[in-house]
Amino acid sequence: MASDLALPDTEPLTFLGMSWRKVMMWIFIVTDGLLFAGFLASYGFARAAATTWPDQNEVFHLWFISLMTFVLISSSATMATAVAAAKRSDRQTVSKMLAATFVGGVLFLGMQAFEWSTLFAEGVTLVSNPWNVPAFGNYFFTITGFHGTHVLSGVVILGIVLARTRRGTATMEGVELAGLYWHFVDLVWVFVFTLFYLV
Amino acid sequence: MSSGSESEIADDASVAAESHHELSFLRKYVFSMDHKVIGIQFYLTAAVMGLLGAALAGLIRIQLTWPTTPLPLLEKIFPVAYAGGFMSPEFYTSLVTMHGTIMIFFFVSLGLVSGFGNYLIPLMVGARDMAFPVLNMLSYWTIVPAILVAASSFFVEGGAAASGWTAYPPLSAVPSASPGSGTGQTLWLIAVALFIVSFTMGGLNYVTTIFNLRAKGMKLMRMPLTIWSLLIASIIGLLAFPPLTAAAVLLLLDRHMGTSFYLPEGLYIAGELLPNGGGSPLLWQHLFWFLGHPEVYVLILPALGITFDVLVTFARRPAFGYRITVWCLVAIAGLSMVVWGHHMFASGMNPLVGEFFSIGTLLITIPSTVIGVNMIASLWGGKLRLTSAALFAIGTICFFGVGGFGGLFLGNAAADIQLHDTAFVVGHFHFMIGGVTFLALLSGSYYWFPKMFGRMLNETLGKLHFWLTVVPFYGIFGTMHFYGMAGAPRRYYNLTQYGFLDSVNTWMPLVTTLFAVAMMVGQAFFLVNLAKTLMAKKNAPDNPWGATTLEWVASSPPPHGNWGPDAPVVHRGPYEYGNPDSEEDCVHQTVPAEQVPAHS
Repeated sequence: MASDLALPDTEPLTFLGMSWRKVMMWIFIVTDGLLFAGFLASYGFARAAATTWPDQNEVFHLWFISLMTFVLISSSATMATAVAAAKRSDRQTVSKMLAATFVGGVLFLGMQAFEWSTLFAEGVTLVSNPWNVPAFGNYFFTITGFHGTHVLSGVVILGIVLARTRRGTATMEGVELAGLYWHFVDLVWVFVFTLFYLV
Repeated sequence: MSSGSESEIADDASVAAESHHELSFLRKYVFSMDHKVIGIQFYLTAAVMGLLGAALAGLIRIQLTWPTTPLPLLEKIFPVAYAGGFMSPEFYTSLVTMHGTIMIFFFVSLGLVSGFGNYLIPLMVGARDMAFPVLNMLSYWTIVPAILVAASSFFVEGGAAASGWTAYPPLSAVPSASPGSGTGQTLWLIAVALFIVSFTMGGLNYVTTIFNLRAKGMKLMRMPLTIWSLLIASIIGLLAFPPLTAAAVLLLLDRHMGTSFYLPEGLYIAGELLPNGGGSPLLWQHLFWFLGHPEVYVLILPALGITFDVLVTFARRPAFGYRITVWCLVAIAGLSMVVWGHHMFASGMNPLVGEFFSIGTLLITIPSTVIGVNMIASLWGGKLRLTSAALFAIGTICFFGVGGFGGLFLGNAAADIQLHDTAFVVGHFHFMIGGVTFLALLSGSYYWFPKMFGRMLNETLGKLHFWLTVVPFYGIFGTMHFYGMAGAPRRYYNLTQYGFLDSVNTWMPLVTTLFAVAMMVGQAFFLVNLAKTLMAKKNAPDNPWGATTLEWVASSPPPHGNWGPDAPVVHRGPYEYGNPDSEEDCVHQTVPAEQVPAHS
């Protein structure tokens, strides 16, 4: 691991066994989680107040969404494998698994773009939809859009870590932190998936 | 981003700390990564914003005192806002909005949390810098555009945002609702979003630095209360701000993308039916106050922590009930997250829900009272030295008490429905979020000025400043409590047309304004003091007050890297005054336990 800012005369402290980088990442994840909590709570508020809500089976192609979810969760598995390999300093496996995770992320984004454009074609937009429940489109596109931008930034981070791994400049902790963020993005999707497509 | 770049950057910073090589002016004072420079940048920025906020308050006072008198002089300065010699109502609502926004986000928060937080955290925990200096620098350079955006909103068409610092929809959600609801409101939202980004970057640094970069021996329960309060304030800020970000995103979409998150069906603006439907303005109130209430404690808690540190130094007594105080700070923080509804008693909520929020709010008085009593008990039997810093700290206790009593009335749903949106509320929150924080900011300024700038502020001017701050403050905001009880609503630009206020209108607004003038004169003493001191030679010793905490080990001002070659090692708690095993009246945190047995 790279040296800390602290000079040799101060021992680098750990908090619950974590370096400051990991502590910072965890706190960031909590704050980012609360951002989604704000969105999802608002969505719950609107759902509770709404008299009608479109039937999910009518709006979505649930088999397609399940496939999207499967892709994203699989990418979490490959990410976990990459982190485990990084701990063993197995650079080749890290590189391969990061690449697989990267592909999973890009695939998810492509599928989401396809889903959105299908909905647009059916007249479901941010502000209006055939069922005349504007709140549905308001929340659906805002929240899945926000999640999508998180996946996108995750993909960018994965790309950087992947390039570093290839060059041999990545650190074990760097891979682990990227992994933490990626798992977080996947976890948020589980909530989005449940609350929009299932409930 | 990934950690590779962080570690490279961290390496750069540690090399800089080791070799102390000369940096260019730009790197040293402008785009500095040194927490002390960043802290001073925040502090001075806050001072400028405080003056701007005070100027806006001055215009508000003039309007409330002489609403029917033509003011040709102001018309010359602000030809649009004072067209015909009278302030336009739109300008008045912009003034109260921007006064609140600037004072809360860009004055108190920048001064107390970002300014003192940056300057003091590494010094008081014994670190060489923040955990992530680049992020720290970015945190300052995100605030600068935030301020420019906020300030520029006065010059756009329609003027600055006019929906209050709380930005309630539909006024804030429909661009055509009022002149300030146009571009001004959009700029307001951008400024607040940038502020949140900056606060998040700062907060991440404060918390990780306190958790991970403490000096050897600096256990959590040996940290000064200033650090405890900054830690807890940063944590609640980090938890409470993201939902406001979410709320702001939804509001921007409502304004510019045609969504209806906050807009119900059947809303008429200027006689025209809006196409929106399905939303609720109450949603914004919930999201806003979920931040808004904890935000009060983000600002109040550091004020209390600073007060403790100043009090013990000048009373030469350990802080009374250190551990209890820490746990009370934690309790206040926890409770502050679940009482946001007490800002919404008048919104038509279910009385049972109101009861929940009332009880939660009144529960906060328990830890708050304990802290207040601990502060007073810390003075008991002490050898008080009434320096300017100590006077301001004692003033903080008084304001905390007065503000707290007002809070009892407002936290009670039944009383609040009468007092809601009156000048009583304005008086109350100015004692708390305005007064407690302002006095603590000044107390800390007098106390740490020698450390920050290597010079001692003039005490005579300081004492004049104190009396001309505290007495007028009671005059201004005490009077407002009574004006509110007489029924005066807040945010109204002309209160002369309501007959029921005739008896108080003859004197209350004028008295308030006269006290405000006195307070401004008092602040002039401070500015003169600052200017005189900064122009004088450096004369401050390393530990001018005989304090025990770590920042006083470093030289005044501390060099880059803070400690020279050897970082301090901590052997005892922060407040060992009157240690029976020592002949001195206090034992510094760095004195080894072999020399003087440690008692904390």
